[in-house]
Amino acid sequence: MTKVYVDNRPFEVRPDQCMLQACLTLGFDLPYFCWHPALGSVGACRQCAVKQYKDENDKKGRIVMSCMTPVAEGLRISIHDPEVVAFRAAIIEGLMESHPHDCPVCDEGGECHLQDMTVMTGHNYRRYRFNKRTFRNQDLGPFVNHEMNRCIQCYRCVRYYREYAGGRDLKEFSMRNQVYFGRYEDGTLENEFAGNLVEICPTGVFTDKTLKRHYTRKWDLQFAPSICVHCGLGCNTSPGERYGSLRRIVNRYHGELNGYFLCDRGRFSYEFVNSERRVRQPLLRQDNGLRPTSKAAVLDRLKSILAFGKVLGIGSPRASLEANFALRALVGAERFFAGTAPAEQRLTSLMLQILREGPARTPSLHEIELSDAVLILGEDVTQTAPRMALALRQSVRQQTFQIAEKLKIPLWLDHAVREAVQEEKGPLFIAAPYVTRLDDVARETYRAAPQEIARLGFAVAHALDGSAPEVAGLSEELRNLAGRVAQALRDAKRPLVVSGPSLNSESVIYAAANVASALCRAGKPAGLSFTTPECNSVGLNLMGARPLAEAMEAAQKGEVEALVILENDLYRRAPRQQVDALLKGAKHVIVLDSLLTPTASQAEIVLPAGTFAESDGTLVNNEGRAQRFFQVFVPQGDIRESWRWLREMMIAAGRREAAALETLDHVDEALAQALPALAAVTKAAPSASFREAGAKIPRAPHRYSGRTAMHANINVSEPKPPDDPDSPLSFSMEGYPDQPPSPLIPFFWSPAWNSIQAVNKFQEEIAGPLRGGDPGVRLIEPTPGSEANGAYRGAPPEAFSVREEERFFVPLYHIFGSEELSQQAPAVAELIPKPYIAIATEDAARLQLKEGDEAEVRLNGSTQRLAIRLREEMPKGLAGLPVGLPGVETVELPAWGKITRV
Amino acid sequence: MEKVLTKNIQPDLPYVDVKAYEATGGYQGLRKALGMTPAEVVEVVKQSNLRGRGGAGFPTGMKWSFVPMGADAPRPKYLVANADEMEPGTFKDRLLMEGDPHQLVEGMAVAAYAIQADVAYIFLRGEYLFSAERLRRAIAEAYENHYLGKNILGSGYSLEMYIHLSAGRYMCGEETGLLNALEGKRANPRTKPPYPQVSGLFGKPTIVQNVETLCNVPHIVKNGADWFKSLSYTQDGGTKIYGASGKVKRPGLWELPMGTTIREILEVHAGGMQDGVRFRGLLPGGASTDFLVEEHLDVKMDFTEVAKVGSRMGTGTMIILDNQTCPVGMVRNLEHFFAQESCGWCTPCWSGLNWAEKALTALEEGQGQPADLEHLSFICNLCAPGNTFCALAPGAVEPLQSALKYFREDFDRHIAEKRCPWSSQ
Ligand SMILES: Cc1cc2nc3c(=O)[nH]c(=O)nc-3n(C[C@H](O)[C@H](O)[C@H](O)COP(=O)(O)O)c2cc1C
Ligand code: SF4
Ligand code: SF4
Ligand code: SF4
Ligand code: FES
Repeated sequence: MTKVYVDNRPFEVRPDQCMLQACLTLGFDLPYFCWHPALGSVGACRQCAVKQYKDENDKKGRIVMSCMTPVAEGLRISIHDPEVVAFRAAIIEGLMESHPHDCPVCDEGGECHLQDMTVMTGHNYRRYRFNKRTFRNQDLGPFVNHEMNRCIQCYRCVRYYREYAGGRDLKEFSMRNQVYFGRYEDGTLENEFAGNLVEICPTGVFTDKTLKRHYTRKWDLQFAPSICVHCGLGCNTSPGERYGSLRRIVNRYHGELNGYFLCDRGRFSYEFVNSERRVRQPLLRQDNGLRPTSKAAVLDRLKSILAFGKVLGIGSPRASLEANFALRALVGAERFFAGTAPAEQRLTSLMLQILREGPARTPSLHEIELSDAVLILGEDVTQTAPRMALALRQSVRQQTFQIAEKLKIPLWLDHAVREAVQEEKGPLFIAAPYVTRLDDVARETYRAAPQEIARLGFAVAHALDGSAPEVAGLSEELRNLAGRVAQALRDAKRPLVVSGPSLNSESVIYAAANVASALCRAGKPAGLSFTTPECNSVGLNLMGARPLAEAMEAAQKGEVEALVILENDLYRRAPRQQVDALLKGAKHVIVLDSLLTPTASQAEIVLPAGTFAESDGTLVNNEGRAQRFFQVFVPQGDIRESWRWLREMMIAAGRREAAALETLDHVDEALAQALPALAAVTKAAPSASFREAGAKIPRAPHRYSGRTAMHANINVSEPKPPDDPDSPLSFSMEGYPDQPPSPLIPFFWSPAWNSIQAVNKFQEEIAGPLRGGDPGVRLIEPTPGSEANGAYRGAPPEAFSVREEERFFVPLYHIFGSEELSQQAPAVAELIPKPYIAIATEDAARLQLKEGDEAEVRLNGSTQRLAIRLREEMPKGLAGLPVGLPGVETVELPAWGKITRV
Repeated sequence: MEKVLTKNIQPDLPYVDVKAYEATGGYQGLRKALGMTPAEVVEVVKQSNLRGRGGAGFPTGMKWSFVPMGADAPRPKYLVANADEMEPGTFKDRLLMEGDPHQLVEGMAVAAYAIQADVAYIFLRGEYLFSAERLRRAIAEAYENHYLGKNILGSGYSLEMYIHLSAGRYMCGEETGLLNALEGKRANPRTKPPYPQVSGLFGKPTIVQNVETLCNVPHIVKNGADWFKSLSYTQDGGTKIYGASGKVKRPGLWELPMGTTIREILEVHAGGMQDGVRFRGLLPGGASTDFLVEEHLDVKMDFTEVAKVGSRMGTGTMIILDNQTCPVGMVRNLEHFFAQESCGWCTPCWSGLNWAEKALTALEEGQGQPADLEHLSFICNLCAPGNTFCALAPGAVEPLQSALKYFREDFDRHIAEKRCPWSSQ
C-alpha cells in the first residue's frame, strides 16, 4: 500500500492504479467521463482534474488529471481547491456547449452519468449563446438507438467497441467539436457485445432500442437481482418491470463473472417474458384443443391422473434447481429423467467428473481474462458462451503487458500501453471445424473435423508430457502445431484450456482435460473451462437424473401412465419421431412451461410456469457456481413458479409432506438434505427471513412514482404491496434504504449516482469484488492433491477420413438463433439466420451446388430441405447444421449424411 | 555573415544534385560521423546547444540521449523528419527541402546514425509536391552513392529512408499525432510519458525532429560545437532562418545569426513596413505565438529572449500586423483555423476553440457583447498548458490572449460600434 494525501488527509491506497480510481475507491465524488474501470485512462475529457502539490509547502499546486496521475508515495492532491473546482465546472460547460439539454425526452434521463456529473460539478447555467452543432443519426439495428446530438466526445464508445470488444464497424469520424461516433453507413452493429454501449456511453447517444418501445424511467422500474438464462455462464443481470411487463435488462456487476458487460443475447432476450406465446392460464385438452381452464379444475384433473402412479418426470436444464427438485420429489428419484439430449447429458457428466477429480481447476470469467495462453478445442465460444469470448479477447493482452512493463508504462494507461504493444498478441490457439468469432485475435487456428481436433489436443498433451497417450499416425503438420501450442502453454504463467460439449465429442473433452492435466503435472496452475449449453445444465446434472432415452424406452413398453415435463421442449432434445413416440406412449402428458412450445402443444395439461422474472430459484453455471435469481414482479393470473405448481400437484396427489414446502427456503432445505452435492445452495443468497435493520430490501427505487395511482382505474384505494414469502426483497420502494448484501442488490443506485456507474459505491475497491464478496457459491472444486497424479483420460480417436458419397455433419451455433427462449424476443428474432446447411466450398463444386441452392439433406434417418451456404474455410468432407435454429430439425450430431441437389 | 543552411540555395531554386552538394562539402558531415561512435555524435550535438527549430526549442542532443542504445535496445528504431510545416505563416522548411534536399538527407543520416535508427521517414506536408519530387531525387542519388541503404560508405551501418505525404491536418505536425498518422491512424496526440524516444512509431524508439533542426546537424558534426555556437549572437547555437510576412516591403526568408533582433529582421531584411501603413504588432514565430508590439522590437530572436517578454520564438517566421488590418479579424481568422484543426480529443480545446471562434465572429459581425470578451479570457485560461492533452490549444490561445492584452480597445470598439471599425461599412 502507498500513502497519499487527499486534501491533506492521509490515505493508504493500492499502488497499481491511477489517482482517480484511488479516489473513487476511497469514496470521493470525483467526476469523470473518458475513464472507465474496464477501459483504463486516456486523459481526453479533462473532467477528473485535481490539484497536485510538490510537497506540504507547495500552496499553489498545478492542475493535473487524476486519471493520468499514478499513485505514488507521498503524493499530495486536492479535490476541493477552488481553482480546480472551477476548472471542472468549466469542463462540464464545454461538454455541454452543443448538448441539446433534452433530458425530458431523453431515454438516458434519470440514469445519466452526464446529468450526475453536471450536478456534481455545480455547472448549471448556459452561457454559450451560439448555434449548436447537430448531426444526423443512424439506424444501428434492433438493439441500439443512436442520438448523436447528445454526444460529449468522451470516446468511450469507440474505445469499448473497437479496442475492448474487437468490433470494427463503429468509429469516430471528423474532428474539432464535430466528431461523429457511428458507422460508416447505417446498418446493424456487427459486434455481439454492442448492447454494452448503452451502459458505456455516459449520455443518451446510445440507448436501449428495445426499451424505447415500452419506455420507463429507471426510477419507475421494479428490479430484482437476476441471472441470465440464455447460456450456461450465469451472468448477473438486473431486469426491470413496470405494469406487469418486463422493460429491459441491464448488467449487474459481478467481479468474478460478467464484470461490467453482458452479451447482446443476454441483454435483449428478455422480451420473451412479454411474448404472446406465453402460457398465462392452465390449459386443458378439450375437444381436441387446449382450452384455458381454472386452477381448481386443472388440479382436480391432475389429482385423478396422479392417483394411478407410474408417473415419470422430465426435468430441464433451463429450469431452476428448485423446480427440478420439486419434480423429482413428485415423481421420485428413480423416475426423474434429464430432459437433455443423450450426448449432452453424457458429456456434462463427464465434464463435471473431470472438474471434480481435477487436477485442473475451472476458472471464473475474471480468471479467464487473466489467462496468458489459451487453447480452445472445438468451441465457437462467441456463439455458445458469449460472455466468455469477451473475456478471452482480453486474455490475449496478458503477455503483451510485459512490453509495457518493460517501458515502465502503468497498465491502466490504456493508450500508451496499446501504442507500445501495437498488434502484438499473446498466444491463443483455436481448433474448430469452422471460422470462429475469436479467430481475429488467435495466433493460430486449426480447422478440422472433431476427431482431428481431439487428436490435436491429445498430441499437445503428449508434447507436454511424454507419459500422456500418444497419437498414432500424426501428420507432420499436426505434430508441429501441437508442439507450438504445448510450448506456448508451458511458457505461460496462467495457461487455460477451453472446451465443451458443442461438438458432442467425448474425445475432444478428454483431450482438453489431458492438456490441462499435463500442464498441472508440469507444475502449472492450469485452468480448464468447459462451456455448458444452458443456464442450469450443471445443476440438473448434479441432481443425478436418468437419461431421457430410458424414459423413451419405458414409454415404448407402455409403462408410463403420466409424463410430467418441466420447462422443456423435447423436440429440441431428440429427433421428432422419438419425441412423438414418447408423448404418444404416455397416457397423460402434463407440461409446465412459460411458453406454448411444440411439446406443450401436444400436452393434455399445460401449467403456466413463471419465467426467471416471475420466479425465484437457483441456477448452477458452467463454473459450478450456484446463484440465486429473484422474482422481479408478481405476474397476473395463474402464472406460478414451477416448483409451486409441482408442490400443488403433490398436495393434490395426497402427498402430505409437500405441505411443508411452502417457501423457496423450504424447498432449498429439502434439496440440500436430499442431494449432498448441492448442499451449499442454501448459501447462495440470504434466506427470506434476512432483514437489514429490521427491514426488507426494496425492489424499486425510492423515487418510484405512481404506486398509489397505477391501479386507480381498477380500485381507487391503494392495494397492499404483494407479500414475498420467498425472499428478503419487498415489492415496494419501501424498506432498507442503504446497500444490501451483494446477492440482494436489485439495482445500482447511490446518492448523486443515478446511472449504472453507481456500482462504484458498491465495490470493495473499484473494479474489484462487491462489498462482502461477489454473489454465489462454488460447488465444484478439484480433489485436493490431484495435481500430482492426475491420470490421463480417454484415448485419441482414429483420424478423420473423408468419404466420397457422404459429408460429416457437425453442429453449428448462432448466438442469435440457437437458444430457445431468446428466439421469442422480437429484437433478437430480427437477427436469426434463415435455416441453412453449411458445406465446404471445395465440396460444393463437386456436388454442383451454389450459395443459396436448395438441397436435400439425409441425416440419421431424417430428411430435410435447406438452403446451401458455402464456407470457404471448412475442411473438405465436412458440413455444418445449425443447432436449434427455427426451421432446422433436431438431429443427433455429428453424423454422416448425404446432400443432394433438388 | 556565414551562410550555413542556405549557402547552396539560389533565388531561382535550381536543383542541387549530389555532385553539386558534395562540391561545397556535402556529405562530409556524414563521413565524419560514421568515423565517430554514436555517443560522440550525440555529444557534439549536445555541446553545440542546438535547439529544435519546430517551435518548442527542446535541446536536440538531450532528446537523442533518451533513446535506448546498445544490443538489447528495441528494434527497429526510427528517425522521423517533421516536414509537415502546417503552422500558419511558416514556410522555412519548404525552402530547405526545395533548395537543398541533400542537406536534409545528410542531416537525417547523421541523426539516424547517432541513435542507430534503422528506418527514417520524412513526414511531408501533403501540398509540398515540389519538395517531394526533389527529395525523391535526392534520396535516389543518396542510395546510388551509398549515403543510404545497406552498409553506408562501408561503415557497416544501414539506413532505409522513405517519404510519406501527409493527408493534411495541422495535428499531423504535432510529434505524436504525426506518429499516429504515419501508422495510418487518426492524428490524435499520444499520452506522454512514455515519450517517443522510448515508445514511438510502431511502439519503438523514435526521434521526431524538425527539418531545419536536422539540416544543422551535418554542419555541427563537420565543424564542431564551438564553431556552431560562434555563429550565434546568444546562448542558443547556430544560425536561424527567419522570415516575415504581412505588409512589409520585402516579405521573405533570411538565414541570420541566432539572436538577431526583431528590429533588424523587420527593418533591414524585410525592408520595413510598406509605404503608408504602420506597424502595430507581430507574431514572432507562427500563428501559435503571442503578439509582440513596438516596445519589443529590440528583443533578440532566440528561444530564451523572446520567452522573457511573454512570447515564443516558435518557428522564427513572423507575421506582421499593420494598422490597416483589424486585429480582431486577424485573430478570428487564426482561431477559425485552430478550432477547425482541433483534433477533437480533449474538451478544453474542442469546446473552447469553437466558442472562441464563434465569439470572435460575433464581434466581427457587430453582435459582440462585453461578456464575450470576458469569456475569451476565460477560454485562454481554460486552454493553458497542462489543462489540455497536447500543445495545440495552448498555442492556439497565445495570439488571442495577447491580442486581448495589447489590442483591448479595438475589441471594445467592435462592441461599442456594433461593427468592425475596419469594415468598409
Ligand atoms: C499542433 C502542433 C503542430 C506542430 N506542427 C509542427 C510542424 O509542422 N513541424 C514541426 O517541425 N514541428 C511541429 N510541431 C512541433 C512538434 O510537435 C515537435 O515538437 C517538433 O517536431 C520537434 O522537432 P524539433 O525539436 O526539431 O523542433 C507542432 C506542434 C504542435 C503542438
Ligand atoms: S457517443 Fe457516448 S460514449 Fe461515444 S463519445 Fe459520445 S458521449 Fe461518449
Ligand atoms: S454470456 Fe450467457 S449468461 Fe452472459 S449475458 Fe450472454 S447469454 Fe447471458
Ligand atoms: S489540445 Fe486536445 S483537442 Fe486540441 S489538438 Fe490537442 S489533444 Fe486535440
Ligand atoms: S476522466 Fe480523466 S481526463 Fe477524462
